[in-house]
Amino acid sequence: MDDKNNSFEYFSCPIPLPMSKEVSIGHGSGGSLTKSLIDAVFLKHFSNPILDLGNDFADITSKESLSNFRIITSTDAHVVNPIFFPGGDIGRLAIAGTVNDISMSGGIPKFLTATFIIEEGFSIEQLEKIATSMKTCADEAQIVIVAGDTKVVEKGKADRIFISTTGIGFVSKGIRINGASAQPGDSVIISGTIGDHGIAVLAARNELSFSTTILSDVTPLNHLIQTAIEAAPNIHVLRDPTRGGVATTLNEITLQSNVTIVLDETQLPIHKQVQGACDILGFDPLYVANEGKVIIIVPKKEDEALLDALHQHSLGKDAVKIGTVEKSMNNPLVLMKTIIGGTRIVDMLTGEMLPRIC
Amino acid sequence: MISKDKYRDRILVQRAIQEVKDTVTQKWSIMEICGGQTHAFMQYGLTDLLPKEIELIHGPGCPVCVTSLELVDKAIAIASREDVIFTSYGDMLRVPGSDKNLFSVRASGGDVRVVYSSIEALKIARDNPGKQVVFFGIGFETTAPANAISVIKAKEQGIKNYSMLVSHVRVPPAMHVILSSPKNRVQGFLGAGHVCAVMGLKEYEPIAKKYNVPISVTGFEPLDLILGILQTVQMLENDQFQVKNAYPRVVKYEGNIQAKKIISEAFIECDRQWRGIGLIPMSGWKLRQEFQAFDAEIRFNVGHIQTRESEICISGLILQGQKKPFECPAFRTICTPQNPLGATMVSSEGACAAYYRYGKESHG
Repeated sequence: MDDKNNSFEYFSCPIPLPMSKEVSIGHGSGGSLTKSLIDAVFLKHFSNPILDLGNDFADITSKESLSNFRIITSTDAHVVNPIFFPGGDIGRLAIAGTVNDISMSGGIPKFLTATFIIEEGFSIEQLEKIATSMKTCADEAQIVIVAGDTKVVEKGKADRIFISTTGIGFVSKGIRINGASAQPGDSVIISGTIGDHGIAVLAARNELSFSTTILSDVTPLNHLIQTAIEAAPNIHVLRDPTRGGVATTLNEITLQSNVTIVLDETQLPIHKQVQGACDILGFDPLYVANEGKVIIIVPKKEDEALLDALHQHSLGKDAVKIGTVEKSMNNPLVLMKTIIGGTRIVDMLTGEMLPRIC
Repeated sequence: MISKDKYRDRILVQRAIQEVKDTVTQKWSIMEICGGQTHAFMQYGLTDLLPKEIELIHGPGCPVCVTSLELVDKAIAIASREDVIFTSYGDMLRVPGSDKNLFSVRASGGDVRVVYSSIEALKIARDNPGKQVVFFGIGFETTAPANAISVIKAKEQGIKNYSMLVSHVRVPPAMHVILSSPKNRVQGFLGAGHVCAVMGLKEYEPIAKKYNVPISVTGFEPLDLILGILQTVQMLENDQFQVKNAYPRVVKYEGNIQAKKIISEAFIECDRQWRGIGLIPMSGWKLRQEFQAFDAEIRFNVGHIQTRESEICISGLILQGQKKPFECPAFRTICTPQNPLGATMVSSEGACAAYYRYGKESHG
C-alpha cells in the first residue's frame, strides 16, 4: 500500500473531469462544476426570462397577484423506482404532481421551483432526459420553472435522484373548492380509469410475472379542471387520488366533510389489464395510485353538464359518476354497493404491499 | 383467460341466493375453510345477502396466519444474517414474531425481498452465487407443487446456495381438530377449491362420514360461493353427509395427479405447530431425506428458539371459528393492519384483516 501511495502514477486530481458522463460530488460543490451542470442541463432546458436572470431568488409579482385572486402554493417530493416507467418518468411526475395539487383548489398553476437531490454517479444523460421531460410537461401545463437547487450526495446516500417541486398559482376569490365541502346529494365523479399508474410502475419493476401494455396516466390536469369548472361552476371538491388510490382519497373527503360516500362498484372504470393484474396479485384497484385522474364532487344538478364537458376533453373521455354523497349516520364512511348487490366498507389504505410509486 | 364476469353476474347471484332462501328451513353454521373465501365473502358484501339462518364461521385456511411463531422467529434469525437474501411472499413480512417482524429486519439492513413464487427465489439464487438465498415456503396444498419443483430443480441444476424454510400445512388434519373439539359448532363445510384442485376430493370422504358433515368444494367468485352454500344447505336439509363438488370447472375428483406426484417426490408428512391452535399430528409437510441439504432449518442451524406470543390476541379462537374478530377487545383499537398483534390481522386472507377492511358489524 505504501508503495502505491508514494508512487507518482497514483496521484490524481481531486476535481472531477468537467466533461464527465456522471454526476460527481464536485457537481454539488456550489463552484464552477455546479454552474456547468446547471448551464448544461437545467438552464438549457428550463430557460425563461425569470430563471435566466441568474439570481438566488425569483420575482414572480404579476398582475394576477394584485387583483381578484388568492395566491396558493403546494409542495411535493418525488421518489420513484424505477425512475423511467411506461408512460412517464420522475421528471414528468415531479411537474404534474405539483401542478395537480395546485389545480385541486380550482386555481391556475403559474410558477414552479424544483430541487434536485442527486446520488453521486448518476448519469448526466439520464439527468438530461429527466430535464427534457420536465420541460415538456411544464409546457403542457403552461407553467414556468422559476427557481431551482441542486445537491449531490455521496454514493449510497440517496437512491439515484429525488426531485422536490413547489408550485405557486392563483385562484379566483369566488372559488372555494376544498375537501370539507362535500354535501349530501352530491355526485361523485372520476375523470377516467383507475389504477393505471401503480400497475404500470409495478410492471416496470419486473414485479409482474407477465407483461402488460398499461401506461402510467401521469399528466397535468390543470386544463381539464378549468374545463370542469366552466361547465360546473359550483364544484364542491376536487382531489387527485394519488398514493392510497381512490379509496383512501374518498375516506379523507368523508372525514373532512363529515359525510358518507356510497360507491357503485358496477360503475368503477377499470382497464381490463389493470383488473387482471390486480386479480393475480391480490390488489384492489381502489387502492392503486393514479397520477392523472381527478375525483370531482359536484351538486347533482350540475353533474350531467360536467360529464358532457369532461367527455369532450382528451383526459376526461372515460369520466363517469361512481357514487353519491349521503348524510353520515354515525361515523363518516365510504361504502360500496358491490357488483352482486351486497354492501361493504371501503377503508383507508393501511400499508399494503405496494411498492414506492410516486 | 376465462371471463369471470359470468361468476360475478348480479342476476345469477341473486337467483342463487333466492334458491338458498327457498331451501333453508332452520339455522345452520357453515365454515369456509379457506381464507381466500373469507376475504371474498367480505369483499362482495355477500354475508348481507344470505338468509339469517346461515351463519358463516371463518376457518383456519390462511397459511400466513397459521405459520407458527417459532418458524417466524427462525425466519427472522435467518434473514438477519449478512450472507443471506431472504425471499418471501409479501404478507409474511408484517407477521409479528416474538420481538419484531421481517420488515424490521429489512429496515435494519437485512436483504429481505418480496417474491410471488419459489421459482423467482430460485432465479435470485442463480443470479447471486455468492449469497445464500432462502425462500419462506409457506402455504397449504396449493403452493406445495411449485415449492417442491423449486427444490427438485435446485438439486438437478446443482444450485447449492438455495434453501427453503418449510412451513407447509394440510387442510384435512385441521378439519379433524375442529370437528373433534367439544366446542365445535360447525355443521357443514365449504371445501377449499384450490386445495382440492391439487389434492382431489377423496381424502375428505372419511371426514364427512366420521363426523356427519356435508362438504361442498367451492370456488372464489360470488356465484361460486353461493353455489357452494346452496349445495351444503341442500345436503344439511336432507341429512346427506357427502363430499360434493360445486367447483367442477377447476376441481376434478382425483385432483391433479402430476402435482401430487411432484409433492410426494419432495415432501413427506410430518407433525406441525399451527399458530393459535397448537400441534396437529401429521398436519404438515417437510422435505424428504434426499432434499435435506435444501432445508434452511438445518443449513442455518436454527434448531431451538424461545418464543413469546401476545397475551391479548385471540387469533387462536378466531382460527378455530370459536370467536369473531369484533369480539376481541383489541380489534380496531390496539390491533390494526398497521400494528397487528396476531397474524389474522396481517394477511389479506386473515379473518381479522377481512373484517377490518370490509366488515360493517364492528362499526355499529
